[in-house]
Amino acid sequence: MTDVFVRDSPLRRSYLWQGGHTLRSWLLSTDHKRIALLYAASITLFFFLGAVAAALMRLTLIDPQGRLMSAETYNKTFTFHGVVMVWFFLIPSIPATLGNFLVPLMVGARDLAFPRLNLFSWYLYMVGGLFTIACLLLGGVDTGWTFYTPFSTMFSDSHVILAVVGVFVVGFSSILTGLNFIVTIHTMRAPGMHWYRLPLFIWGIYATSIVMMLATPVLAMTLCLIGLERLFGVGIFDPSLGGDPVLFQHFFWFYSHPAVYIMILPAMGVVSELICCGARRRIFGYRFMTWSLLGIAFIGFLVWGHHMFVAGQSMYASMAFSILSFIVAVPSAIKVFNWVSTLYRGTIDFHAPMLYALGFIGLFMLGGLTGLFLAAVALDVNLTDTYFVVAHFHYIMVGGSVMAYLGGIHFWWPKITGRLYSERMAQLAAVLMFIGFNLTFFPQYLLGYMGMPRRYHQYPPQFHALNVLSSIGAVVLAISYLMPLFYFARSLRSGASAGPNPWQAAGLEWMTSSPPPEHNFVETPVVTEGPYAYHEHEEQA
Amino acid sequence: MSVVRLPQASSFAPSIDHMFDAMVILCGVVAIGVFAVMIGMCIVYRRGSKADRSIPVAQQMGIELAWTLIPFLLFVGIFAWSIRLWVHLRSPPADSLTIYVVAKQWMWKVQHPDGRREIDALHVPLGKPVRLIMTSEDVVHSFYIPAFRIKQDVVPGRYTQLWFKATQAGNFQLYCSEYCGTNHAAMLGTVSVLPASDYARWLVSVTAMTPEQRGRQLFVQMGCSGCHDPQSGIRAPDLHGLYNMPVHLNDGTVVQADDAYLRESIVFPASKIVQGYTPIMPTYQHRVDEEGILALIAYIRSIGPAPPAASQDRSSHD
Repeated sequence: MTDVFVRDSPLRRSYLWQGGHTLRSWLLSTDHKRIALLYAASITLFFFLGAVAAALMRLTLIDPQGRLMSAETYNKTFTFHGVVMVWFFLIPSIPATLGNFLVPLMVGARDLAFPRLNLFSWYLYMVGGLFTIACLLLGGVDTGWTFYTPFSTMFSDSHVILAVVGVFVVGFSSILTGLNFIVTIHTMRAPGMHWYRLPLFIWGIYATSIVMMLATPVLAMTLCLIGLERLFGVGIFDPSLGGDPVLFQHFFWFYSHPAVYIMILPAMGVVSELICCGARRRIFGYRFMTWSLLGIAFIGFLVWGHHMFVAGQSMYASMAFSILSFIVAVPSAIKVFNWVSTLYRGTIDFHAPMLYALGFIGLFMLGGLTGLFLAAVALDVNLTDTYFVVAHFHYIMVGGSVMAYLGGIHFWWPKITGRLYSERMAQLAAVLMFIGFNLTFFPQYLLGYMGMPRRYHQYPPQFHALNVLSSIGAVVLAISYLMPLFYFARSLRSGASAGPNPWQAAGLEWMTSSPPPEHNFVETPVVTEGPYAYHEHEEQA
Repeated sequence: MSVVRLPQASSFAPSIDHMFDAMVILCGVVAIGVFAVMIGMCIVYRRGSKADRSIPVAQQMGIELAWTLIPFLLFVGIFAWSIRLWVHLRSPPADSLTIYVVAKQWMWKVQHPDGRREIDALHVPLGKPVRLIMTSEDVVHSFYIPAFRIKQDVVPGRYTQLWFKATQAGNFQLYCSEYCGTNHAAMLGTVSVLPASDYARWLVSVTAMTPEQRGRQLFVQMGCSGCHDPQSGIRAPDLHGLYNMPVHLNDGTVVQADDAYLRESIVFPASKIVQGYTPIMPTYQHRVDEEGILALIAYIRSIGPAPPAASQDRSSHD
């Protein structure tokens, strides 16, 4: 390994070499790029842990009697899958890796505003992760990732407190990361980088950071209350102690609905970058794109009650939450139309990042459209808590966020590592992922439509065929997730040198060398044009 | 592939399905349209193709406003449609038959107005509106009958309700659809829709006390009557004609004596004190289960106005 570094002079002038090459130099680094890689390694680990849990569930569900594991084990498996994927993969995924790496580069700064806080955030993430792993090793938790009361506080005899502490701690990592981004974007933009010149990725990260800072404290408070009730019998949610279980659901979804936007807003930012470069066109409707990001972040705080249409909230509250949920879909629709319009008169390359971006648009749209069914209260009564909901949110979070995350990783891989990967393999993985995803999750819409409830480890025979189909799809999906591990590993070992800008992309991050030097830019860049200056490049050429 | 439309076994099912189908068509058209445009663009503007590539305008207010307003108006239309159905779903007719449901890990306990009880089964008459009043002994459950297109969470400490009119005789699956612990997936039941005459025969095929009778019995056994009887020497509010009437509390507020109020007054008597009384009643929280509380409420509902001589505290009702 060392030999490669010595011979390879672009690497020697980069953050990968300059900050030292001992383990200690990585674990104590305050360089946002190194911290991004620490996050990337750790969330990849958690992603595959969560994926193993998913694979075990799909395996169990091949059999209507679910004989592969006991009911209790199955319940612990889906809980672990949910907790890990939501808090230890999806929420940190784009912000903590790509965001960490790119925010300073894209705004033309040397680092984030608070580099040591940034490192501290990663340690918080790891401590939260250790609690979660400890919880798993000691026997797991069976409450579902939603920790509904009074089940979680009074009835479950699994390791609820360990799981809750893990999520509580990781929440602070998310709050601090959001804070760091907000301050950086406000105060550290390069000369000439005014607000309407920011790339949409930065707008996506900015909107997400606001949600992280405002919503996550409510989660922290709610988790504390679970601890108080479970450990000390303080009656808050359990009706036999005078509490109210529906109050918990309000608190929980006040965070957890905006959390969906924490996952999807950065993904929208990534896709905007990918589409513009892939089509070599300026984004269509830049200002509508920025304001729709902020609009989603804001209205996203007002829709939590759509998780509770049948939970016992008043009929009129449900009506209000229903119309607000339709309203939050408007900016999402605007974004889809604008992405598609960006292709108009473009010069489209179907490299892997573009395939991921196009896949994202399709899957996000299907997830969004089925969201309309669930926002319509009368239809939701039938569909909620069935597989229709499972399919819907996987289309948004896996079809949307994960596709965008992987698209982003492929797009910026040459910048991060200085090396190219096998384009053919990457294209194949992207196409397989799209097919495997639809095979896995489209049948689940049909299962929900036929009335199969979620979180069932055994089910009546009429649901058998579609469950088998879904499990077959999961195999394809699993292969497509494993493929990047191999061609990225090969790229690290023997990939061709990327050069500063292999995609001929616009944006400050492409103006510095790949991998970038420790402090990003040799000279502070001066910005003289808006983002996505592909038209200008064309005119000059 | 075995995608089967569920039986339409309640009066709601056709209208819900109708709206669902309309949504599938609308969203299908949008999805296919967007995919078609996206794929079309990808073909026409792929690198190397001969196409007009003169630089387009990067923003057009008119287009943006069009695709902001058109979806918005469509959404308002869908919302209005669903709200009409929703209000109907939430408005049980006055002549509904009331059946009580108590959920616990992991079973459904059902009590019929004539006293017959059953577990993991619900018999209902065909073509007659049925209202379920439901609560849970432990955690949150959810009562879901896909063939009827209805679902309602069953929440401890609260009464939630659900109504339907079965339109097809036969047996239909009942699921618990809110995760409730280890055997959640086994918390199933069967809903049997019987022609009205068969239902009537089924109800009396086993003799049992009605909820009111059980409630009356509990009322005496547990000593409630010792204080709440109008002739009693201890000062406790008279319960005659109380049901659904406004109650003036010590703190000046007025509440309605509905099921939730009565339940709270049995379980947490100190939380709402009737004006002019002192909090002397002990809690019955662990002395009576949810079914017992429902029976007590049924009894309180059944006792009309007290004889004129005893009616001192309340005179507002007829």
